[in-house]
Amino acid sequence: MNDSRGDIVYRMARPETLKIVHLDSFTAVFHRASGITHLVTSPVPEILAALGEAGMTRADLMARLSVDYVLGDAEEGSLDARLEELVATGLVAVA
Amino acid sequence: MRHVFQVRIGPIGFRIGSDWRAPIAQLETLYAAYPKPEDGVPDFTVRLFAARPWRRVVRPAVMIGGDYILPEAAPLPLAQGLLAAEMGMNLQMALGQRHFLLLHAAVVERDGKALVLTGVSGAGKSTLAALLSLRGWRLMGDEFALLDPATGLLHAFPRLVSLKNASVATVAAEVPADRLGPMLEGTPKGTIRHLVPDAAALAAMDAPARPALILFPSFGYDSATRDVAQSEVFVRLTQASTNYVAMGERGFDALTALVQGVPARAIDYPDTDSAIALVEAAWAAR
Repeated sequence: MNDSRGDIVYRMARPETLKIVHLDSFTAVFHRASGITHLVTSPVPEILAALGEAGMTRADLMARLSVDYVLGDAEEGSLDARLEELVATGLVAVA
Repeated sequence: MRHVFQVRIGPIGFRIGSDWRAPIAQLETLYAAYPKPEDGVPDFTVRLFAARPWRRVVRPAVMIGGDYILPEAAPLPLAQGLLAAEMGMNLQMALGQRHFLLLHAAVVERDGKALVLTGVSGAGKSTLAALLSLRGWRLMGDEFALLDPATGLLHAFPRLVSLKNASVATVAAEVPADRLGPMLEGTPKGTIRHLVPDAAALAAMDAPARPALILFPSFGYDSATRDVAQSEVFVRLTQASTNYVAMGERGFDALTALVQGVPARAIDYPDTDSAIALVEAAWAAR
């Protein structure tokens, strides 16, 4: 784990800024702040749901997701990448 | 503009001005049975003007202008002035429409419910809409489906049906000659001939309908029908919309509701008779 990011709390963007509609094989997320529609698949909806408004650190997120999913090193690396993408798009905020 | 024509097509009013009389005369003939814009105020203005002052008389070349323009659009010969007017009207809708979510699709209605036919250019939307309108369906439009985000209803936009190439003869064989415009040869889209929608389509142009089925027709394959997943429908309809991004959240809400509430199927067809049969079967099975 990257210690320099250990204290960072990740939060889903404020719920009033997002509209999330689950279609069959992906989820459509409308981001009000940018007006952009994001089409996302697992694990993004799961990450957003887990983070929620309260938010959590990366370690807590991995622990939460590992309750429902089997996560190996490869999955954790992939989750890291998705998390950074979500921060870049504004769907996830850091504090 | 020296010559002016105004028309209302469904909820949209247009004002077309032209340096020449000929395109306006053709519009007056073909749109004779249409109403005028409500309160005389058009939503969009189209201008047909000479590429250069002398080109109004010497090898006249028609430029398309209006509230919204494509800066690199090439001029058309005056013989295609009617096409220029239609292209200008479509352009204003595609770029300027903000009330309705616009889907590039043909729409027909039966029993108060709407069938949406969408797909790439050449998929046969206009041809199928024209043929279905000759078989008991009400033509709501062959170019744009107007989805009202507030109600989820589709509004009719029964402009002249733009028949292209092989479909000109196919449809012309079934309609009286006075419902057809001039044959426009050598246009950027090949041969084009316009079909005037029937009286039933014009009489009911202000009656919206709730969408009941979305079909994605493809011409040139053996007959086949398959269900299309919501996610694929969503992506294809965002691509088929000219103003999805501009509509913002209202567009997102309207499109996700449409995709979640209306079944969708893809139909492949080798000829128009097969297509009609596939459409009827899909409608019955929806």
